[in-house]
Amino acid sequence: MNTGDARNPKLGVQAATKIYHTASGDLLALDRCSLDVSANEIVSIVGPSGCGKTTLLWSMSGLHSLTSGEIRLDGKTITGPHPDIGIVFQEANLLPWRNLDANIRFPFEIKGEKPDRAWIAHLLNRVGLDGFGGKFPRELSGGMQQRAAIVRALALKPSVLLMDEPFGALDSFTREEMNRLVEEIWLDTKTTIVFITHSIEEAIFLSDRVVVLSARPGRVAKEYRVPFARPRSLEIMATKEVFDLTNRIKMDIVGERTRPKAPERPSAEIVRIRP
Amino acid sequence: MSGGDAIPEFSKSKTGDGHEVSLTNLSAFASGPGIKSGKEVAAILAVAVIIIGGIELALRLFHVPLYIMPPPSSIAYALFDEFPLIAPHLGYTLVELVSGFTIGAIIGLVLAAVITQFPFAEKIVAPYILLLVTTPMLALVPLLILRFGFGYTPRIIAVALAAGPMVMINAATGFRRVDSAKIALARSYGASTLQIFWKIRAPMALPMILVGLMIGAIFGLLTAVGAEMVGGGFGLGNRLTTYSSMIQMPQFFAVVLILSTLGILIYVLFFLIGKKWASWEA
Repeated sequence: MNTGDARNPKLGVQAATKIYHTASGDLLALDRCSLDVSANEIVSIVGPSGCGKTTLLWSMSGLHSLTSGEIRLDGKTITGPHPDIGIVFQEANLLPWRNLDANIRFPFEIKGEKPDRAWIAHLLNRVGLDGFGGKFPRELSGGMQQRAAIVRALALKPSVLLMDEPFGALDSFTREEMNRLVEEIWLDTKTTIVFITHSIEEAIFLSDRVVVLSARPGRVAKEYRVPFARPRSLEIMATKEVFDLTNRIKMDIVGERTRPKAPERPSAEIVRIRP
Repeated sequence: MSGGDAIPEFSKSKTGDGHEVSLTNLSAFASGPGIKSGKEVAAILAVAVIIIGGIELALRLFHVPLYIMPPPSSIAYALFDEFPLIAPHLGYTLVELVSGFTIGAIIGLVLAAVITQFPFAEKIVAPYILLLVTTPMLALVPLLILRFGFGYTPRIIAVALAAGPMVMINAATGFRRVDSAKIALARSYGASTLQIFWKIRAPMALPMILVGLMIGAIFGLLTAVGAEMVGGGFGLGNRLTTYSSMIQMPQFFAVVLILSTLGILIYVLFFLIGKKWASWEA
């Protein structure tokens, strides 16, 4: 189904299973979830609230270990954070005590490397943040903060960019602007992007492929290709194909949520594992 | 293998993003609108003159005896006249305060940083820390004097004992403010535990650390003066007991005035440090 080499995906998730041990019992967040992402592909992951999207992304980034299954980057299993994988977090996640320049320098400080100034200047210019380097996060709008976070993630030139509901807190106009920006950056860098979102429209506009996760425990329920050439214009959002696709995905997600509950499970929210 | 991970959590209220505490919340300066014009300055000065002049006038009008309440003018004169005699004692008190506070603050900060890394150990130690915070260290001064004599030593120990726990309990609150998303950010770049401490935990704790240092310094001042009143022939506290026993009330109030000024200076010092280094949270 992939356009790329399906047997050698850029990023492969194989039978990923994740159990959280919480105070109220074990929580199965991901259940044998498998997903391949080809090089230069943009894949969005959507699904009902609490279905394990963020868990899946954190696992892909190596921030979380898996209970079973594995994540492969270029065919090699990853066990921890990898320099080739950049992450854009929810709500920008800038460090409030650092100005913009210092925030973007942060990854380099951690790694003990010299920042690539020309590349950072290029990125800042790309996202329209020229001359804002001395500003602190609280002085910037939500959209600007998230742009800075994108620059920070791309500064190390990762080959895979994981984005965890990056624009969820933004208003819809800013969000559309940011979506166009992500596409522009993709056209510029051809970075493989995995994008988690609540917004089906955003997923369709951005992605080559939309993956629908089932309700918890998360598994891949459906996959849809989005067959529009890039750069895309917002006009495609008004076409019948997009309208139909949106509705089908919506039904997938809503159907998941209203699926009849099995009577022997008192709590449908939490699936408990017997020890 | 996966047991240690926490569920990714982003809701603002739980990440401890820091909006709940702030140094400037404690500040009378910040809550005011700030002085804008010469007119406002004039008004503030005028009110001060009226209040101080009013007190002066009332005390003189009703012939209040000097040993009950000296008028502001005689306090001012005593301050001016006796200052050469008081100044060395101010120096002794400052030596006790600065050395005791430095020792106490360093120990408090290190303990807070270490103990918050081990939540279980923290639970065991917490009641004792609370005991140290709530016990007035002044109560130990007679004991310390018995053991160490009338010199600097018992006073410096008392100041350190008063300031240390205050610094520690506030700094620990700061170090406990874990923001999992920011730590994840650092970890995603391969940060070591030490790097996470210095680049994420310490700056996040800084506003609370400053609050702790300020409260610790003020408690240190109280304890230093108290210890000087208990025993030993030097320090501002000793001046207070000396002047009051000789019923030299203008001189007595001059010392009180110096002590209040010291307290205000401590407050302003930490307020300015906070404004410079922790204003991101305001």
